[in-house]
Amino acid sequence: MKTERFSIAGMMCAGCVSSVEKALVNVAGVKQSSVNFAEHVAQVEGDYDTGVLLKAVADAGYEASLLVTEEDETEKEAAEFEYYRNLLKKSLAAALLGVPLFIFGMAGLLPGLNNLQGQGIWFLIGLASAWVLWFSGGQFYSGAWKSFKNHNANMDTLIALGTGTAWLFSMVITVNPELVPALARHAYFEAAAIIIALINLGSALEMRARGKTSEAIKRLIGLQPKTARVIRDGKELDVAVNDVGLGETVRVRPGEKIPLDGVIIDGHSSVDESMLTGEPLAVEKNTGDEVVGGTINKTGTFLFQAKKIGSETALAQIIALVRKAQNSKPAIGKLADKIASVFVPAVLIIAVITFLLWFNFSAALVAEDMVVSYALVTMMTVLIIACPCALGLATPISIMVGVGKAAELGVLIRNGEALQQSGKLDVVVLDKTGTITQGKPTVTALIGFGSWQQNDVLKYAASLEKGSEHPLAEAIVNAAKEKGINLFEIAEFNALAGLGVSGSTDLSPVLVGNAVLMHRYNVDITAAEVQAEQLAAQAQTPVFVAINNQLAGIVSVSDPLKEDSEQAIQTLHKLGIRVVMLTGDNSHTAKAVAEQLNIDEYYAEVLPQTKEQKISMLQAQGHVVGMVGDGINDAPALARADVGFAIGTGTDVAIESADITLMRGSLNGVADAIAVSKATVRNIKQNLFGAFIYNSLGIPVAAGILFPLFGVLLNPMIAGAAMAMSSLTVVTNANRLRWFRSTGDKK
Amino acid sequence: MTVLIVNVLALILIAAIIWWFWLAPIKTISMTGKQIIDISVENGVYTPANIEVTANQKYTLRFLRKDPSPCAEKVLFEGIGKSLDLPLGLPVEIEIILPVAGEYGFSCDMKMYHGRLVATAQV
Repeated sequence: MKTERFSIAGMMCAGCVSSVEKALVNVAGVKQSSVNFAEHVAQVEGDYDTGVLLKAVADAGYEASLLVTEEDETEKEAAEFEYYRNLLKKSLAAALLGVPLFIFGMAGLLPGLNNLQGQGIWFLIGLASAWVLWFSGGQFYSGAWKSFKNHNANMDTLIALGTGTAWLFSMVITVNPELVPALARHAYFEAAAIIIALINLGSALEMRARGKTSEAIKRLIGLQPKTARVIRDGKELDVAVNDVGLGETVRVRPGEKIPLDGVIIDGHSSVDESMLTGEPLAVEKNTGDEVVGGTINKTGTFLFQAKKIGSETALAQIIALVRKAQNSKPAIGKLADKIASVFVPAVLIIAVITFLLWFNFSAALVAEDMVVSYALVTMMTVLIIACPCALGLATPISIMVGVGKAAELGVLIRNGEALQQSGKLDVVVLDKTGTITQGKPTVTALIGFGSWQQNDVLKYAASLEKGSEHPLAEAIVNAAKEKGINLFEIAEFNALAGLGVSGSTDLSPVLVGNAVLMHRYNVDITAAEVQAEQLAAQAQTPVFVAINNQLAGIVSVSDPLKEDSEQAIQTLHKLGIRVVMLTGDNSHTAKAVAEQLNIDEYYAEVLPQTKEQKISMLQAQGHVVGMVGDGINDAPALARADVGFAIGTGTDVAIESADITLMRGSLNGVADAIAVSKATVRNIKQNLFGAFIYNSLGIPVAAGILFPLFGVLLNPMIAGAAMAMSSLTVVTNANRLRWFRSTGDKK
Repeated sequence: MTVLIVNVLALILIAAIIWWFWLAPIKTISMTGKQIIDISVENGVYTPANIEVTANQKYTLRFLRKDPSPCAEKVLFEGIGKSLDLPLGLPVEIEIILPVAGEYGFSCDMKMYHGRLVATAQV
């Protein structure tokens, strides 16, 4: 009896549930089934054929796919461990034959092939080694044969041909030594066995190292709690997290993980979101605040309503995005892929050519009787040393570790291309509000001109701004609320992008905005210019208020800088990146912020629609440009940039909207993204370089290129060891990326 | 004489390698009428490895990995920018649509296991 969960696609309405259930129960062996419409998941119990069940659902007009459960993961890990142990066992068996043979051979304790007794002993050794090759290397021979039938060749082909040639040649001269000259009568059973032992050992070690490359994604998956405490019919029940429905009320106690995404409906607490955002400080949460599944409740108890479940939760989407990115490949790896795909047949040809060269031209270098031996040994060594795996593995393994490490730092990289491009950036453009600043502006000064009092100015400004969604408008409205000012009803309202707002109360026409707006409506602001400049020089934004086309006052708004913006910009400078700021603010405010943070260049009074043009302009100057914005207002500029960074706090960002999403609000995320990208690309290049150099030096050396000059010939067993180690080296080098530290932490 | 025979045999062998791995026409198995195509991964080989499908039509490829080698744990589809993780012993599916007629390779991420999807134009 087994229980499996299936994701069901194509269910449009609750009515579809019964159609799917009907299809499921009609499958032979199904004892019980239930379909969850909200989650689009079916759970099935019984002794049935999974393939038949999948087909039955497909025939009913839906698509089912088996979900990997926790038990499956455990089973998978157990199977992988079993495979690892098996490889070690195979390696040991081959070594038990190969190593003593090698030692006795070196010590001259093995008989020659010049008499029947010697031939008999070698025949028995040959049979024993055949068994070892079958037991320890059977997978290589069957893999090579199956690949061959499909017109393919792979690592198995090289190993099978290399060791197979050694065994066959040895057996032939054991049975009939007269076929080759006396000097060449040397059997290579020990070489074949030791090569197989080394390759199995290398594979086992590589498998262990590979397991570590996916640690980041495993940690993300591990964040998902297994159960949730749901309130149903007034009772609190612990249920599997997959069984919680949309809109259900869930209780979270201190120290517990929050099981799903939702909104707090009762209680308050502080929540540690560091595992998703990399932000070390706990965040205060009150009624109405959003909570995210996988984060940890620290102090209080609260109730929340589940708003997202299953694959819709932020954590599930992050995992999906990271997995997708880990599977993508940047252009840098494409050449290696092309070479790897034609590599093995090319090596087979090189091996035959090596044989021919030695066979035809080595008589001057070695004893004539030894020509065949040398030709065979060099051919075998070429087959054994070549390692296309290291080439093919060089790029994906580094991407896997690099993207995973970035995710741990709160940086979600969409694909391999974004990662490669980030490493090339030389200009980073920052949007001011919400990126450099906290994005939570407050009113810091009120000035009235003529007969207008400060509170009147604020009343008119706030009355108009309550219709606007701009962050400055929110600050003005909040200031009026705090002062208990009753606002006017607005008869007319117009938002003018990049300028401000215009409208009218029952009494008068009102303008609230920047100097450009005032000029456009011919409002004389001469009397306010000095004070406006002074405010702007303190990095505040003076908002002019005109009533009846006369200047009435200034509402000055200030958006505090994020604590670590200055340090993050310094880090970007250290990475060799020019920092440019774009803002809709006046040039005085922009200048003050730029000077305070040591920003290289700024563009003030930029309208949202012209941000994209500024990016194009920088690109036309030959720069590779990254744009950092909030992911919604800056969408065209983010899309235009070579790399778009969406910055957000927590998970309130559309994670599919940019090339790179920074889950932390901090600008340090940009520096981290660029630094981890550079480190990953550097790692890929090291791997590719190593793999290319290994093969392009190793193959000629194995072919005997050094022999005419130095008399050096590579032993096939050393070639086997080198081949086994080459893939392991690539994986180990990629694993170094796991120790990458945040640029903020390095301070 | 022996030298000549060995040389001729070696040259024939080189020609055979070139022909067999790069030039020989490869038989494809037609799956044009199916919606779900089962592919097993065992002993370094996808079975079936050469599959004929119809262009611009949706297919579900269901992979079952029986090969425990780490090389087999991922399959990449060239030309359509998709990839799939293959857990050992569990069938997993991927939906594909090949937009235009032509050959689309799929392979493991080390490019050692190979398969082909040959998309033919819709009649």
